[in-house]
Amino acid sequence: MRPYLNQMVWLLIAAGAATGAGIVVPLVVRRVVDGPVRHGDATGLLTLGALALALGVVEALLIFIRRWTQSASALGMEAELRRDLYAHLQRLPIAFHDRWQSGQLLSRATSDLSVIRRFLSFGLIFLVVNTGTYVTVVALLIHLYWPLGLLVAASAVPLFSVSKRFTQQYFKASRTMQDQLGDLATQVEESAQGIRVIKSFGRRRHQGARFADGARRVHDTGVSKARMLANTWSQFDLIPNVTLALVLVVGALEVSRGALSLGGLVAFVSLQVMLVWPIDALGWIIANGQEAMTAADRVYEVLDTEPSIVDHPAAAVVTPRDVEGHVRFEGVRFAYPGAQTPVLHRVDLDVRPGETLAVVGATGSGKTSLVSLVPRLYDVTGGRITIDGRDVRDYRLSSLRRIVGVAFEEPTLFSMSVRENLALGRSDASDAEITEALAVAQADFVYDLPWGLDTRVGEQGLSLSGGQRQRLALARAVLGKPRVLVLDDPLSALDVHTEALVEEALARVLKGTTALLVVHRPSTVALADRVALLYDGEITAVGTHSELLATVPEYRAVLSASTDAVSSGHLLEEGAA
Amino acid sequence: MSVDLKAWRGVAPDDDAERTAAEAADEASVVRLRARTRRLLGSLLRPHRRALRVVVALLLAQNAAAMAGPYLVKLGIDRGIPPLSGGRDDPTVLVAVAVAFAVAIVTEFATKRGFLALSGRVGQAILLDLRRRVYDHFQRLSVAFHERYTSGRVVARLTSDMDSISELLDGGIEDLVLAGLSVISVAAILLWLDWPMALVTMASFPFLLILSRWFQRASARAYRRTREAVALVIVHFVESMGGMRAVHAFRREPRNQEIFDAVNDDYRAANLTANRLIATYSPSIKLVGNVTIAVVLTYGGYRALHGQTEVGVLAAFLLYLRRFFEPMQELSQFYNSLQSATAALEKLAGVLDEPPSVPEPARPEPLPAARGDLRLDGVRFAYRGERVVLSRLDLHIPSGQTVAVVGATGAGKSTIAKLVARFYDPSEGTVTLDGVDLRDLTDDDLRRAVVMVTQENFLFSGTVADNIRFGRPDAGRQEVEDAARAIGADAFIRALPEGYDTDVRKRGGRLSAGQRQLVAFARAFLADPAVLILDEATSSLDIPSERLVQRALRTILADRTAIVIAHRLSTVEIADRVLVLDAGRVVEDGPPDGLVADGGRYATLHQEWRDSLV
Repeated sequence: MRPYLNQMVWLLIAAGAATGAGIVVPLVVRRVVDGPVRHGDATGLLTLGALALALGVVEALLIFIRRWTQSASALGMEAELRRDLYAHLQRLPIAFHDRWQSGQLLSRATSDLSVIRRFLSFGLIFLVVNTGTYVTVVALLIHLYWPLGLLVAASAVPLFSVSKRFTQQYFKASRTMQDQLGDLATQVEESAQGIRVIKSFGRRRHQGARFADGARRVHDTGVSKARMLANTWSQFDLIPNVTLALVLVVGALEVSRGALSLGGLVAFVSLQVMLVWPIDALGWIIANGQEAMTAADRVYEVLDTEPSIVDHPAAAVVTPRDVEGHVRFEGVRFAYPGAQTPVLHRVDLDVRPGETLAVVGATGSGKTSLVSLVPRLYDVTGGRITIDGRDVRDYRLSSLRRIVGVAFEEPTLFSMSVRENLALGRSDASDAEITEALAVAQADFVYDLPWGLDTRVGEQGLSLSGGQRQRLALARAVLGKPRVLVLDDPLSALDVHTEALVEEALARVLKGTTALLVVHRPSTVALADRVALLYDGEITAVGTHSELLATVPEYRAVLSASTDAVSSGHLLEEGAA
Repeated sequence: MSVDLKAWRGVAPDDDAERTAAEAADEASVVRLRARTRRLLGSLLRPHRRALRVVVALLLAQNAAAMAGPYLVKLGIDRGIPPLSGGRDDPTVLVAVAVAFAVAIVTEFATKRGFLALSGRVGQAILLDLRRRVYDHFQRLSVAFHERYTSGRVVARLTSDMDSISELLDGGIEDLVLAGLSVISVAAILLWLDWPMALVTMASFPFLLILSRWFQRASARAYRRTREAVALVIVHFVESMGGMRAVHAFRREPRNQEIFDAVNDDYRAANLTANRLIATYSPSIKLVGNVTIAVVLTYGGYRALHGQTEVGVLAAFLLYLRRFFEPMQELSQFYNSLQSATAALEKLAGVLDEPPSVPEPARPEPLPAARGDLRLDGVRFAYRGERVVLSRLDLHIPSGQTVAVVGATGAGKSTIAKLVARFYDPSEGTVTLDGVDLRDLTDDDLRRAVVMVTQENFLFSGTVADNIRFGRPDAGRQEVEDAARAIGADAFIRALPEGYDTDVRKRGGRLSAGQRQLVAFARAFLADPAVLILDEATSSLDIPSERLVQRALRTILADRTAIVIAHRLSTVEIADRVLVLDAGRVVEDGPPDGLVADGGRYATLHQEWRDSLV
């Protein structure tokens, strides 16, 4: 912000000088009338005319310079704040993003920042200039005739109390308004993303009514804000006018008493009129300032949230090459922030280098939470996870997330080219690596897309089927040969035939890679060397598929297609309760 | 920092997603666009005609009252003081002036307050109207439209575009009326004071006109660009916040920051261009004014010198001249917010003008209670600009039948589902329900009859109960719980911290994928449609849940028509009939057992699936 401070000073100087040049012109006019015109001096007239011209040009030029630099600096500041906000949001952990609606974040990054920009480019400057004008004029008035001058000065008291009440009220109202607008943005985003669900249930009107409720709330707040403005601004108008009337009456009496000359009163009144605009503008500036303050509050709410998953100073930089991939969970406990009951009570697991371990458990048993802990998308609440004996928190995040490759069950594709979607953070990925990754995931279909690897996919691009998206996500995970692979039910949307092909290719990759595999299907279990059963937040059994199938009834319930449906349903209910 | 936007975004068939004048360079479309923007503006203002007239009247009254102030001061000094001085003690005139002053002050106070409150109310009402119209229209537009327009753009239209219109409404009317009023009245006074000097003043008009014309053209372009630039910022922002898990897991942050910096900077640059235009325009107006004042000063001085005009007139003329050019500054300010709001309004008008590609019928056929007899007749379909998916499909599904559709990726399974749910209309041929073309059904009738559950199973933030109730908003709590129980979701929902009242958070993020799918099923079950389409709806379920759903489906599907698309044949086994699809054609059609016995493609698929279960 510092470079902008300097610019701000220059802006104030330019604004002041322009105002000064503007004030001088009437003086020139008086000189013209008193001098050349009275004395018939044509050359003098031309000189003064030239002076007025020069002053006029200078004033316009100064305004030009002020506005020109002002827009650059205010916009620069806005862009920088937005950049910082985005950077900070990227640093904040997934737990934060689970909680915050993106509409609320978006309204901070757009509306709030432009409110702040507007205040910085106009409100702030006029606040300084107008306060200066006010103080100067009042001082002059006291100097001219102190009793009336004090009367004018006293009018600052009601002005002050009106502003104070207004400030408090308006602050609250603009906060409410901005929060409501954020909620509205969230609703818009949800109904655009969920359009298929809304359409297939024919809930257009239902959603419309919900949106109308939100918009109505914004409307009501807007109207009450307008009422506040109407109240206050009219009072800002009333107070100087009442003062003027008082000055006139009292002044007239003083003149009749002979305490004040007539000329003195005229001068006094004409000077006092100069106060009207600064006071009038005050109402607008306060409102603008309050909005900027609430906006800044809202922005800082996010900026002040400390990222909880960060590198500690001594964190090690390790390249995947130097990692064997020995993953251990030691007494791991995990609860989502704010949740009462932990998802994982006590998880102990040992995955040897190169081993593939499948994690099996009923729906909602915490499998996804378990594997999310390895790349530190969340941090454990107790115990620790180590890779090669080193706590994952002792790796640099950038190293850790390079060592660990992930594919989620729900593949996220961004509106970018296929290539960019595959590489994501690895912009250095070579074509050969990409080809290989695509081969493993059986995602050769991308070559048949209209523009091959340059075809845009994701929301703004070509729509792909669920199976295609999942294969791309898998290719993304295996790209760059991570030492540890975390795959969360990555084949669920594939048809049996493709699944078999992917499994065959994946088996080759898994040979030299440590892998944690969340699995729902017996077919995928075949990829694993061992299976762990997650039950009620704990690992209750570890062994080979056939061992567990033979000895552990809970395992049979979750994974065997041949068990009696009634008993497995019973077990599931027990497990979830 | 230079990021080649083209390279990372990749190529898409529909880059001209927004067909508004910004992209359409030819003169004809610009004219069309302006016309529709004007139409929109007119339709927004029309309902408030009365209120707007009152607003203007209040504003005029306020100004008249404000004008009275200085005159009364003059009166008080000239007429009120003399009777008080020199021994005479007659305060009548002063009292009269003071009373008149008080009346003027109170009038000004009241009218200003009334004006601000009323104009605020009208402005908010217009915004509310516009928001609802745009939202409702977006909801009416087809899935195909949303697929190419994207949610980020929808958000941009309804947030940042609304912001700039709201800015105009906040201060615009006052600026416009006051400035216009004083320019006109001052011009009249100038002419009346000294017409030769007034004519000299008017020599500045061509300059003002040329400047304004230039500003109008340049700023319309510049503000359109800011609208597009901000939409890009919003799209990128929304997407990266939505996909934060992938961003973190794959260390995408630096690259994302690079891209965001690029779009953010582009937006800044677009804003700067627009701001610099006004930063040039407004002082230029000032310059023209100042030069005119200097010229009039010299010329007027010369006239006074030769006795052609009085000194007092010159003084008054110059004072009025300042009051002539000052409002012009305000006008330029107004003009600026107008241009910015117009650019936003153009975008909104473009959206409102977009015809729904799957429109509601003008004369709908009523279908209060559908039986669920589906027929596809000679259906041909291709997605926009892509190859033909279905070339000529005939299919009849009698009411109550459960049909499973299997086939490789791209065979057209989902397309059939989307046509039956009328997400798209066929390019040729018809889809009928109980003999009525889907295009002749109202949305309400169609959606009551046909419901589709996909693997996407989007949940809205809100409670689990709310999400299930989405299937039938008037359902009571008991019905919601019954639906969940029927589908086997009741147990896990009860185990949540607040049971049915648990907030599922953004996109249902609190639940696992399998749990979301169960909720989606319960939602569809509660809707109780005559035709249920399940498009890969069981893919995320684990075996026990799937078994529960399976069991539930036997009862759920018993008395309704169903189309089941699944690559897991466990779901297919409950079907009465199986269709094997290949390249948009039905290659096998029959009961599952029969097809297995026939030893065709389905038999092979079935065997593969059995093998995978070991």
